[in-house]
Amino acid sequence: MLEIRDLSLSVTIEGNAVEAVSMLSLKLEAGSVLGLVGESGCGKSLTAQSILRLGEHQGVKKSDGDILLDGDSLFEMSDETLRRMRGGRISMVFQEPMTALNPVFTIGSQITEVIRLHLDMSKREATARATELLRDVGMENAEQVLKQYPGALSGGMRQRVLIAMAMAADPDFIIADEPTTALDVSVQKRIIALLLNSQKKRNLGLLLVTHDFGLVAEMCDEVAVMYAGQVVESGPVAEIFNHPAHPYTRALMGCRPEVSEVGQALPVIGGQVPQPGQWPQGCHFAKRCPMAENDCQQSAVAADVWRHGDHIARCLHVAPLQEDNS
Amino acid sequence: MSVLKVSGLNKTFSAGGMFRSIGKDKWAVNDVSFTLQAGETLAIVGESGSGKSTTARLAMRLLKTDAGTVCWGEHDVSTLVGKALREHRSHIQMVFQDPFASLNPRMKIWQTVEEGLRVHQPDLSSAQRREKVAETLQLCGLDASGMDRYPHQFSGGQRQRIGIARALIVEPKVLALDEPVSALDVSVQAQILNLLKELQTAKGLAYLFISHDLSVVRHIADRVAVMFAGRIVEQGSAAEVFEHPHHPYTRALLDARPITHPNERQMLAPNEATEATADFGCAYQPRCPYAKNDCSKFDGALNAQGFACLHPLVRHE
Repeated sequence: MLEIRDLSLSVTIEGNAVEAVSMLSLKLEAGSVLGLVGESGCGKSLTAQSILRLGEHQGVKKSDGDILLDGDSLFEMSDETLRRMRGGRISMVFQEPMTALNPVFTIGSQITEVIRLHLDMSKREATARATELLRDVGMENAEQVLKQYPGALSGGMRQRVLIAMAMAADPDFIIADEPTTALDVSVQKRIIALLLNSQKKRNLGLLLVTHDFGLVAEMCDEVAVMYAGQVVESGPVAEIFNHPAHPYTRALMGCRPEVSEVGQALPVIGGQVPQPGQWPQGCHFAKRCPMAENDCQQSAVAADVWRHGDHIARCLHVAPLQEDNS
Repeated sequence: MSVLKVSGLNKTFSAGGMFRSIGKDKWAVNDVSFTLQAGETLAIVGESGSGKSTTARLAMRLLKTDAGTVCWGEHDVSTLVGKALREHRSHIQMVFQDPFASLNPRMKIWQTVEEGLRVHQPDLSSAQRREKVAETLQLCGLDASGMDRYPHQFSGGQRQRIGIARALIVEPKVLALDEPVSALDVSVQAQILNLLKELQTAKGLAYLFISHDLSVVRHIADRVAVMFAGRIVEQGSAAEVFEHPHHPYTRALLDARPITHPNERQMLAPNEATEATADFGCAYQPRCPYAKNDCSKFDGALNAQGFACLHPLVRHE
């Protein structure tokens, strides 16, 4: 199990350390898909990257809390253990298939490099495994693809290569940061099917970072909605869709064009996500919230101030549950 | 009244540079015709490489056509160049996808927005231009006090508003919008879509809206043209195309839309990756579940009902 416990991260803005993720807790179990959802700038990618302890050289620092992989703190690992963990136990699929591959090495050399770094294999064995991995992601002409350079492949094909690469060392957990955002709609569904297929087959824990509730609906078992550095709501996917509790979750779900009435203006969330360092006291969403009352801005709101089984929300004024609106 | 009319547009790109001799020319746009009426939105949808952006650029005369005509309003601008073309330019303006790349980072906002005015209304004094910039920024939902700032001081949504203001300042009749919201967060996307609707109603603008996102298109378009491999394969009113698609490719695009609730999940078999197109006949046949032998001899032309398919989907009432 991968567990983030009360994690706070700070980033450096103009020389000052500013809190960007605040007391965040998540649990990702083997065989399940957890969606981390929110707008740009709410800290979701930062959180995801901190699991691999990336970004530390860019001034991202842990100020509190811990990340535990099967009970062991990632922050107490030696460099050597950390290197084995990255890609070996936890790997990552990035958003930009165009920039995540090195343009001057062949696909084959990039995949076999990962395999040989983590698994004790000869070159030949590694190539055989790479071929098999590419077949798994639907590339019939795998032998040929191995010899090609990234430039020869389309975005969808590169994303398949990246997924194959993430699976290369048989990890237990995969972090996928907006894995379909840069792709065509027609390719998105296939990549989703592919990711889910691999996830089930290998009983992986998948952390999906996205701003797209459509993707959450397709893929996730559990959802955590993030706003301005905090998880504001989390719970099983059906619960979140049937009874979104936090006003931010509702607002974010409501502005999708696919659920809106044609010809009507789309509902919007006024204002902007406050930057780290400018978070208000109390509820971070209060200034944009249509339901906010005086008490919202007085003091910090606990993550589970509203609770309904596994479904929790950081809101003092959750409206009574509506009936299933599906 | 048609504000933009293109007919028989063709464009081929030669397979690039130093490998010219071994490559073959690629049809980017093949016999594309459409008319855009004042005040309406025509969406061109299709996947990457289908030729939708090239079509928009041809219609804007940003690219030279190999064949076909482009009319802006009454004027055939197909063969105009230089100054003569520039004189008609205020008719049609473009908004680009990436609000981070499409604004010059070293120019202040008002300088970026006023550029068009310098060309199209050279008689204005700089004070008048600044005033017009302020007005246009406000129209696009921006505080005019920010006009002395630089692009990096604005968020993605605000930059897209600046991009729209830059296009609107010369008072065009047509905006060509190339994926204007696909780089934005859903919440910001909704704001920009609403803004576009408001501007259209207020100014009677016509939009040529390029997108691969059918949910967005359903929301904003009056008419839709579906492009595949350089050709329009289906064209019609948005309601008709979305409710009763004829072309199997249109159906496939519609099926690829994201679901809205987890209980709509269907287990898709992770199929093999095909991105193939055919060189002869209907380009879609390698991927089409309904393809038959005669498809390889099909000329690909749109029929009177607005689709190009020999074995169209049967309409289910």
